[in-house]
Amino acid sequence: MTTPEQDRKPVRVFLVDDHALFRAGVRAELAAHSEDVEVVGEAGSVGEAVAGIEHHHPDVVLLDVHMPDGGGAEVLRQVRPANPAVVFLALSVSDAAEDVIAVIRGGARGYVTKTISSQELARSVRRVSEGDAVFSPRLAGFVLDAFSERPGAAPIADPELDLLTPREREVLRLLARGYAYKEIASELFISVKTVETHVSSVLRKTQLSNRYELSRWATDRRLV
Amino acid sequence: MATGTGACDHLGVSSQLVEEEKATPEVYAGRRLHRSGSHKIAGGVAGGLAEHLNVPVLWVRAAFTLLTAIGYIGPLAYVLLWMFAGQAKPEEKAPEMDAKERQQGIALLALGVGLFIVISLLSGSLANWFIVPITVGIGGAALVWREADEAQRRKWRDGAKTGVSGFLGGGSTQARVRLLVGVLLVCGGIGLFLYQQVSPTLVPVVLIAILATLIGVGVITVPWWLRLIRDLDDERSARIRDQEREEIAAHLHDSVLQTLALIQKQAESPREVIKLARSQERQLRTWLYGPTGYGRGRATAAEANEAAEAPTSYGTLHEAIAVACGEVEDTFDVSVEQVVVGDCPMDVRLTALVQAAREAIVNSAKHSGVGEVSVYAEIEPDTVTVFVRDRGKGFDPDQVPEDRHGLADSIRGRMDRHGGKLRLRTSPGEGTEVQLEMPRKKEAKA
Repeated sequence: MTTPEQDRKPVRVFLVDDHALFRAGVRAELAAHSEDVEVVGEAGSVGEAVAGIEHHHPDVVLLDVHMPDGGGAEVLRQVRPANPAVVFLALSVSDAAEDVIAVIRGGARGYVTKTISSQELARSVRRVSEGDAVFSPRLAGFVLDAFSERPGAAPIADPELDLLTPREREVLRLLARGYAYKEIASELFISVKTVETHVSSVLRKTQLSNRYELSRWATDRRLV
Repeated sequence: MATGTGACDHLGVSSQLVEEEKATPEVYAGRRLHRSGSHKIAGGVAGGLAEHLNVPVLWVRAAFTLLTAIGYIGPLAYVLLWMFAGQAKPEEKAPEMDAKERQQGIALLALGVGLFIVISLLSGSLANWFIVPITVGIGGAALVWREADEAQRRKWRDGAKTGVSGFLGGGSTQARVRLLVGVLLVCGGIGLFLYQQVSPTLVPVVLIAILATLIGVGVITVPWWLRLIRDLDDERSARIRDQEREEIAAHLHDSVLQTLALIQKQAESPREVIKLARSQERQLRTWLYGPTGYGRGRATAAEANEAAEAPTSYGTLHEAIAVACGEVEDTFDVSVEQVVVGDCPMDVRLTALVQAAREAIVNSAKHSGVGEVSVYAEIEPDTVTVFVRDRGKGFDPDQVPEDRHGLADSIRGRMDRHGGKLRLRTSPGEGTEVQLEMPRKKEAKA
């Protein structure tokens, strides 16, 4: 999974989670991948997170979805306008589609669950720092569901944003089936780079689409 | 509430207390007088009193009737008791009264009313003009009060969830008609009284005066009414919050704390700990985020609890797959990552599909040699597709060992019988992926 990476600098990571125990856990896990990832700071609340990110200017922020005072979405709202270079990766135990879609639409470049292995987490951090999106199978499922055609759906205002191309759909399906990018690439006879392009494009659509369904779908389920 | 021995001790005293009882309904510590809900002709006062004093209800009714003769003590006592004694909770109620008792009660009531009128006429203590309006008015008031009792019982039935509105609305049309008739009767009684007392020319003036007084009283007491309503609502929401808190605490205790205790005991056995943590995580997730989960609102929270406790009673494909994955996780100590897009209710063929998928997951868990299985299900309008995939060692489909052959048959057989399709993709070292496709109900075969 590595290109000539020996001499590259570790990705500087900032942890945001209101559970100190969990922050310590992630820190310990990422310490095993110190050549790849370096934890530069952590915060336990929205206020601390905003101040800490402004101060440290990390490459990647690992962001918890559920926190007091507005959660991850609030951090995104306050930090992103002034720091467009900082990349956010949501890390959550939540299974609620509404939460996941909310942080993605708030600007996070991906979503992974807290049960992810430390190796996989380090790889995901590296990937988002390089500008790619990280879709866990579950996130792929949510997005597929959100974009699916169902009876009574609102008219499509902007086909460019409101519809997934068949290829994007295929890629998402394979992601949801648990395929890695490399496996998807060989399955569809395309390059890994193309897979990444498709995933980024899906991410963009998820963030920008005004499709009524995206929000309605989440509220319909009222999962949280 | 009724304590038999205490009642016997007091019997001798109480029989002579019948008249004064109205003044001190709480004369016996720990025993309050309640109006009966079951032995009820007018307001349930006689029934409640009979139960309270442990005497036959007929005696009490007769006493009320006869006491009408002595300066209207009977009706007066009845009305006062109706006002001050609360209604008995339904669960405390005695056996229903029979037809005979009801007839006797109604007869005595009629007798009492007749006695009331006759005595008034004979004694002349109350002039004629007074009798009719007051009878009409009292009749109307009785109707309204009965409705209030009904509303209270409705409230108990509904688990005390209705607030102020429960008293006013929520009843049937019939109840509303009764209420209206009662109010009209009371107004009619007052109107008649006025009509007979006041010269016709003055009626408008009097009416205006009454109206003005009512409005004045209303305006003056507005803050009080508002506070009353607000307090009621506050109390109600506080009660709901309490219930919710208790529910959460109970759930956390039952599941999470127990699991944590078990984990501490099993600390030497990592496998057991992982198993416990995994099943607890799944349970909590179902409770929090599941299709009928806690977040879906209060009404369904209880169902979610049941669903979590009895995982076999699932209704949709999503839940069925979650249950199947959970079972395999527990049994074979692997982690199953499941993603389901869309949802639909279960039917016979989807049950077969889930069973086949479960079999495939078990295969992966047993033979792949890795600890992770991915399950992906997509529900489309015409078909349901399930993928079961592992990154394990895979196998050569042409050289399947006997035991695996049998299992593949049980998957394939199930799918074939219900008109589904199976596709298998595997080769040594490449992992295994089973694709199960089942058409949905529309073009049903079996």
